[in-house]
Amino acid sequence: MRSLEELKAIKEKAEKTISVRENTGAPTITVAMGTCGISNGAREVLNAVIEELNTRGLANIHVTQTGCPGLCHKEPIVTITVPGKNPYMYGKVTPENVKKIIVQHIVNNQPVTEWLVNLEE
Amino acid sequence: MEFYRSHVLVCAGTGCTSSDSQLVRRELLKQLAEKGLDKEIKVVETGCFGFCNLGPIMVVYPEGTFYCQVKPQDVNEIVEEHFIKGRPVQRLLYHEPDKETRTLEFDNIEFFRHQKRVALANCGHINPEVIEEYIARDGYFALARVLHEMTPQEVIDVIKKSGLRGRGGGGFPTGVKWEFASKSQGDQKYVVCNADEGDPGAFMDRSVLEGDPHAVLEAMAIAGYAIGANQGYIYVRAEYPIAVERLQTAIKQARELGLLGKNIFSKGFDFDIDIRLGAGAFVCGEETALLTSIEGRRGEPRPRPPFPAVAGLWGKPTIINNVETFANVPPIIRNGWEWFASMGTEKSKGTKVFALAGKINNTGLIEVPMGTTLRTIIYDIGGGIPKGKKFKAAQTGGPSGGCIPAELLDIEIDYDNLTAIGSMMGSGGLIVMDEDNCMVDIARFFLEFTQDESCGKCPPCRIGTKRMLEILTRITEGKGTPEDLTNLETLAKTIKNASLCGLGQTAPNPVLSTLRYFRHEYEAHIYDKKCPAGVCQALLTYKILAEKCRGCGLCARNCPTNAISGKVKEPYVIDVEKCIKCGACLEKCKFAAVIKE
Amino acid sequence: MSCQCQCNAGNEPGIYTIIDQIVEKYKGQAGSLIPVLHQTQQALGYLPENVQAYIAEKLGIPLSEVYGVVSFYTLFSTVPKGKYKISVCLGTACYVKGAGDILAEFEKQLKIKVGETTEDGMFTLEACRCLGACGLAPVLTVNDNVHGRLTAQDVADIVKKYAEDK
Repeated sequence: MRSLEELKAIKEKAEKTISVRENTGAPTITVAMGTCGISNGAREVLNAVIEELNTRGLANIHVTQTGCPGLCHKEPIVTITVPGKNPYMYGKVTPENVKKIIVQHIVNNQPVTEWLVNLEE
Repeated sequence: MEFYRSHVLVCAGTGCTSSDSQLVRRELLKQLAEKGLDKEIKVVETGCFGFCNLGPIMVVYPEGTFYCQVKPQDVNEIVEEHFIKGRPVQRLLYHEPDKETRTLEFDNIEFFRHQKRVALANCGHINPEVIEEYIARDGYFALARVLHEMTPQEVIDVIKKSGLRGRGGGGFPTGVKWEFASKSQGDQKYVVCNADEGDPGAFMDRSVLEGDPHAVLEAMAIAGYAIGANQGYIYVRAEYPIAVERLQTAIKQARELGLLGKNIFSKGFDFDIDIRLGAGAFVCGEETALLTSIEGRRGEPRPRPPFPAVAGLWGKPTIINNVETFANVPPIIRNGWEWFASMGTEKSKGTKVFALAGKINNTGLIEVPMGTTLRTIIYDIGGGIPKGKKFKAAQTGGPSGGCIPAELLDIEIDYDNLTAIGSMMGSGGLIVMDEDNCMVDIARFFLEFTQDESCGKCPPCRIGTKRMLEILTRITEGKGTPEDLTNLETLAKTIKNASLCGLGQTAPNPVLSTLRYFRHEYEAHIYDKKCPAGVCQALLTYKILAEKCRGCGLCARNCPTNAISGKVKEPYVIDVEKCIKCGACLEKCKFAAVIKE
Repeated sequence: MSCQCQCNAGNEPGIYTIIDQIVEKYKGQAGSLIPVLHQTQQALGYLPENVQAYIAEKLGIPLSEVYGVVSFYTLFSTVPKGKYKISVCLGTACYVKGAGDILAEFEKQLKIKVGETTEDGMFTLEACRCLGACGLAPVLTVNDNVHGRLTAQDVADIVKKYAEDK
């Protein structure tokens, strides 16, 4: 170990690996994985989420799953929760548009209103 | 860097390994690979969570779902339900002993809620075999800070002001010890870590070594810088194979990254560490005995002064600190002495790790601020006494400590309070006893231990403990006389005053404290020839209650000495002359008609 | 793990080569006696007199000192151990939860006393100091395997399990 900078570099890299275990108030992407969700392609959506986070090197994001939220006709459903803000629920998500959702909502902080679940529909 | 959506932490401490956590981990890896989930879910081996009786333990992040007593055959359900469908497996969640509901996240479990983790902060959170995970949690930044910003004297001052005291037993102020060694003249000095955890019922040092070995290495290097030493030794019990292995891995990784070795952080500071294995001698936990053992000789203590800080290993100035003491050092440097001193009581700062065991619902490892009451530890964290039995005593300090009775449950635990009531902190074993434990028998048990482990160098300990053990054995056999109690007290005083080392000086404590708080039990053994708890075989008689006996004859058929006779469907009788008190009848009786008194 | 071969370990010429290799690793290091004894015992299973004498000669220290160290530490043994070493923990937590009954049951089943080895060389029964697995009390180890949460009724099964595994 030559310098403090070297140690800091190791820390920064390693922090990303274990951030999933820290309760840091990171944004959470929740994929609904009930039977209906899975049969509508929630699994592929989840894979796309992970792929996109990997490509963009976004480590401080929690990805989790939940059961059926009861809106089976809107599946696959993805909910994005940014701490301190109301959760946003997206319906009929596909592997392609989930990538756009991540870029717009999480990176640029602009929810993609057109795909949000509208409960009054 | 790979992003994993979920980390599954599987405990690989000794407790969980004994409950087959390795089989669970292998099954999990296999199933994740089969389902193609191995790229999104990472399985991490980690150190002890402290909740050993619920092992094997598994925690799923980011949710923090806490699964306990997971068996290999449960893995399929966890994978199918939790990882594929996102539904936690309810039946494997923890539930509080007295409640119906199950708790999902482990931060909400009572056992963890009252705790404050400093020394155990990383245990159960990082993979102890990956140095990067320790660094991610600010590991080695304390060492970086002392080398970049502090003089050795400043390091000593911080430790002194923090109020940190030795966690291994005596409670000597750590900073003062370091200062002595730093002021001693010597071309060569040493830092020694005492990991010869010998107190029965204490296993916190092993858990730190298994769960967070780098914390100890970092602290030893800091100590080396403070006193001017460049060589460290860790003296660890050979009975702790997992801990030894993790230490070896940790030392290797630290050397590879240049955090041990020559010219650390380019600051001209060299420090390296070697491991020395103990060979099964309790007395080697005593510092001077430990040093002679590292030197390769019989581990016998020697008189102090000179203290090791002046003349220690191979006659050179040496500091010896216990594992838990060292584990507190990096957090103190990182967070400042004020932070540490804000926890605890006036004279005992910080937190203390206790190993809860014996007759208690939640056995395991806990860390609480100094000054927490015994009641909080036993009832709120420990979940109380199993089977609705009554609390009788808590034993702290191992063979050097004493038994604390129910009247003192509200005492705030710190070094000085425990000493005042005739016990001691020791290394932090806390064993709970209920109404079924006989205190005379417990005192005899500890004396048997110290007598067996006495190294034999000084007569008060060698001969005195032998005599005490003989008297105690006599009392438990119903042959005690009233003079025995005064003789025990006289012997105890002599041994305390005249023994060479801590082992002998504290050996009478278990007897003195039980005599102080449970004298009536001794008297019952001596005068009434009865053991109130029903433990001491020689003082028991077995009896069949005529009104409960249905005359089935099962007891008679199981009696090895044909001491039970009677006619079918009529009450049976035990012949006390023939009875060898094996208890077979009591165990077999379906109607609770056999009693011992 | 103790020596499992049928050789007369104490007189086997090969053992001296093994000891030479072990001593070589610690050449010039102070305090090497205990590590050398640990590794020699690991290789041979025990430390008979001729082995102690050879180590004394190699390290240049009196045999009395080597013997003093071997007899001081309970982990060193001068007699061979059984194929399976059963160590019943007699730490406080195990004791208050009935480890004494378990030890007595082993003595009964194996027909040996603590510290002895069965005639067929299968089992050595020992009482050991706290293993630190107090959460699982009472516990015992058979070689490196830990068995926990035991009752006296489990003893027969444990003996049977290992006895079949010749």
